[in-house]
Amino acid sequence: MDGVKLHGVWASPFSTRVIWALKLKGIPFDYVEEDLSNKSASLLRYNPVHKKIPVLVHGGRPVCESMVIVEYLEEAWPQFPLLPSDPHERAVARFWVKFIEDKSLNVWIAGRSAGEEQEKPMRDSSEMLAILEEHGPNKGKKFFGGDSINIVDIAFGGVAYWMRVIEEVSGGKMFDAAKLPRLNAWMANFESSPVIAKNLPDRGKLRDYFVPVRAKILSSSTSK
Amino acid sequence: MAGEENRVVLHGTRVSLYSARVELALKVKGIEYELVEEDLMNKSEALLRFNPVHKKVPVLVHNGKPIAESLVIIEYIDENWKEGPRLLPQDPYERAKVRFWAGFLHQQLFEATASVIKTDGESQERAVKEVHEKLKMLEEGIKGSYPGGSPFVNGDNMGLLDIVVCSLFGPHKVQEEVLGVKFLDPEKHPRVTSWVKALNELPLVKEVTPPHEKLVGALQCFRNRALESAAA
Repeated sequence: MDGVKLHGVWASPFSTRVIWALKLKGIPFDYVEEDLSNKSASLLRYNPVHKKIPVLVHGGRPVCESMVIVEYLEEAWPQFPLLPSDPHERAVARFWVKFIEDKSLNVWIAGRSAGEEQEKPMRDSSEMLAILEEHGPNKGKKFFGGDSINIVDIAFGGVAYWMRVIEEVSGGKMFDAAKLPRLNAWMANFESSPVIAKNLPDRGKLRDYFVPVRAKILSSSTSK
Repeated sequence: MAGEENRVVLHGTRVSLYSARVELALKVKGIEYELVEEDLMNKSEALLRFNPVHKKVPVLVHNGKPIAESLVIIEYIDENWKEGPRLLPQDPYERAKVRFWAGFLHQQLFEATASVIKTDGESQERAVKEVHEKLKMLEEGIKGSYPGGSPFVNGDNMGLLDIVVCSLFGPHKVQEEVLGVKFLDPEKHPRVTSWVKALNELPLVKEVTPPHEKLVGALQCFRNRALESAAA
């Protein structure tokens, strides 16, 4: 059986990235919404190391970690390429995916912290944005992939859209549109592009989802 | 001489585990390259120009074009030089497995061992515990993902995963001497321990590994600086 199944959570930027890749490539798939407070036996069996979503199951075999999954989809389904064909350009794209993965940890930390503890992750997140603004690939083009969306756009899309929700929920500011004209334009292009627009979780619903999540984390960390 | 055409230059240093990874990959593929030994306390203008984002080693410059990030460089080497041994498997699912475990080693295990190096006292004890827990996950994971044995034992040459494991735990004797802590336990981590041992025996690995005393000195220096800046 060669079917594709994705275990995810609607509010997760990581499983949403995988959905974007699947939809862009036109790969049919079944979706399993996981309850993180009550993870399915299948999820725990498919991802024993991290016990996290997303997990893509193809022909019964699991692939874990959102960007590893996206690279897998790229290699198993060649239509709508998400990486350039030239080896040097591929390396540049992978460099930026790694940069985004490493530096965006600060965004999630900012979402989970408050007051003084939040200051450094916020600053580091702003620094990440400044670097992408200045050095990100395909400057002057619509997307990091040039004229069409590629793996770097997918990686950053999972960060940028959620960053604004985190700003609202945690009251901090990471994205200064005045200082980031390029990224500002990129966000408009990305979020309005046909496949992405149809697969963006509602901002209001995301806010409602993360408010209690953040409250719970903050209260449990202060009660140590 | 055709200028930059086909010229492969590696900006790095053998005491950097990231740089060592790239040298191993180049050697496995049999690619001729020039090593520009960087002094990490006094980086060359070229390095800063080639890697403006991180200003770090290693950077591979091929045909005048730079690439940074050790794992990205290794994938580039594999894709660009198709002759010679493969550093990643051909099958997409097998490639996903390699990337998953390389990511686990690179992010989780590396973070945990770095914590042991940069701390002492109770913090260090906690960090050591974390390394052991993660090594156990690696042990179980390798058992599940590679039931016939480690990836190296299955193939004929070092691949990306072997290179990452080697760079992290190959110097375990150096780590033990400087930190007074044992990471690899042959009883708790039999597969990982025997994998590392086999890798350390390879002539290619011996070629890129600096003498024991030099590595001890470098690690001690790194640890001292980290402890000082934490106390500051």
